[in-house]
Amino acid sequence: MATTRILEGLGRLYIFLLLAFLYLPIIIMALMSFNVSPFYQLPFEWTTEWYASLWQNDQLIAATWNSLEIAIITTLISVVLGSAASLALYRYEFRGKKVLQALLFPPIAIPWLITGTAMLIFFFGVGIGRGLFAILLGHVALALPYVIVVVSARLQTFAPELEEAARSLGANQWQVTMRVTLPWIMSGVIAGGLFAFAVSFDQFVVSYFLSTPGQTTLPVEIYAAIRKGFTPEINAVSTIIIVVSMALMLLTARFFKFGGEK
Amino acid sequence: MAGVQVSNVSRSFGAHKALDDVSIDFADGGFYALLGPSGSGKTTLLRQIAGFDFPDTGRISIGGESVERVPVEKRRIGMVFQNYALFPNMSVADNVAFGLSVRGEAKAMIAAEVQRALDLVQLGKLGGRRPHQLSGGQRQRVALARAIVTKPRVLLLDEPLGALDKALRVDMQIELKRIQREIGITTIFVTHDQEEALTMSDRIGILRDGRLVQEGPPEEIYDRPKSEFAATFLGDANIFRGDSTGNGIRLPDGTAIAAGAGDRLAAGAKASCAVRPERIRIGIDAGALDGDANMLKGQVSKRIFAGNNSTYFVERAGQTLKVIVQNTGADRLAEGQDVVLRWSPESTVLIATS
Repeated sequence: MATTRILEGLGRLYIFLLLAFLYLPIIIMALMSFNVSPFYQLPFEWTTEWYASLWQNDQLIAATWNSLEIAIITTLISVVLGSAASLALYRYEFRGKKVLQALLFPPIAIPWLITGTAMLIFFFGVGIGRGLFAILLGHVALALPYVIVVVSARLQTFAPELEEAARSLGANQWQVTMRVTLPWIMSGVIAGGLFAFAVSFDQFVVSYFLSTPGQTTLPVEIYAAIRKGFTPEINAVSTIIIVVSMALMLLTARFFKFGGEK
Repeated sequence: MAGVQVSNVSRSFGAHKALDDVSIDFADGGFYALLGPSGSGKTTLLRQIAGFDFPDTGRISIGGESVERVPVEKRRIGMVFQNYALFPNMSVADNVAFGLSVRGEAKAMIAAEVQRALDLVQLGKLGGRRPHQLSGGQRQRVALARAIVTKPRVLLLDEPLGALDKALRVDMQIELKRIQREIGITTIFVTHDQEEALTMSDRIGILRDGRLVQEGPPEEIYDRPKSEFAATFLGDANIFRGDSTGNGIRLPDGTAIAAGAGDRLAAGAKASCAVRPERIRIGIDAGALDGDANMLKGQVSKRIFAGNNSTYFVERAGQTLKVIVQNTGADRLAEGQDVVLRWSPESTVLIATS
């Protein structure tokens, strides 16, 4: 009995250490964003000064809005294109389908540094150059495979007889998709969308390659700010982003669970 | 409502001929079973009639209108799938309403029709449930209500009772037949269950390897099978093989078996005779079984008692014959007993060997 209790205690300790390893740096950073001293000096004194001055930092604010806009548009585009592609891959047999399917997934494994370099060269070559539009295109390209993977996985659980039943009742292709197929894969579409948002919003490497001084995203702007000299405003903005990202990830987890239950 | 004509339909998938020159006339208002082992093409034929797949050659018409190139959504058919295929994201009522709703019918009309259809399948009170809250039999009824609410020209059923347990299946057979009579819809029903085909349908089509082997009323196919396959696939049959004597056969050992007066084949050709196990009388001495022309001697190798009847397996010249005897309280024969079998020429069907 005693050994069981010791093992249980060790198990708890392990979980605690694991969580501490994951979250301690983040918690310290979040705490420091409320500390008076800009140099991580203790004792801790509460202030919201850094949040207030963050509000005055036009460059950071502009970059934040850019990031949000790009992330939202990336999400919308990649969800629509990705879901449509998943449906096409699910429904139709065509020449080269296997090759196409196989080619959709390696981009997830290619390092972003390389993808970013390739995109920079390509966008210059075709005359798009750098800037927010280039960043948006790059993010959509990065996010699409994630959406297709998640939606396709959900479609694997879909019974093709459901579409056949809908057709036998007189539904055209559009009605079948909107009223039968889409409701079934909706949890996958939402999860894919959250992935796409996270890929875009957290994106640094590709954005860094494709941004210009005036047209940049938040992660790139933070990196630039740190190079100029660290200010606790970075802690503040990072804390806000962490809260938003974690909320998104929790939502994703929730939708994945939904997907498993049905 | 409408009849369905399938004329010379063939369909291949690669090198595999799923349907090979099949022609069947499904009469208006009839209840038709397509029976065959798996891979016989019966489901392929049903999907051709539904419009999920088009024939390579041949014609299909519904109510006199050529439809072989019309997609399923425009054919105005109703279909019940093997696993019911109810929409999991919709309530029972919304499932049933689907066909009317995609047509853009008025809400009030839809609600009334859905209620009528649910009442017809005796699920009037369950409209608000979700499919996963229903039993297998209830799902089956919802699928049926959904298929008939749009007033289709023909009702297609793909092994609809296959997923139900035995007792429920018998209930649903009766129920399905009642509903079909009530609305008088032409019904085509795919099954591999011969008993289901016999009890439910007005006509049966037997398929094998993509070909229609025989088609007709259940009694006709059972009593007058045209091939060994039809004889053994629909019910049990003892098959004797030998040379035709014109109106019967002669077995290799010289024993003659006489067939019914109408059965004629050129003498000398290879031929078979089929006899149903329940048509054969069995006894210890030939005298007690007087009267029937066909007689064989054998030995009981096994007896299976099933309450209302017994099945005897009788060994005779290397062949095992099956005889089913009603339980009339008469003496039962022991295993190992030498017996005499007798049956009439009228109980014997002469079949050309292909």
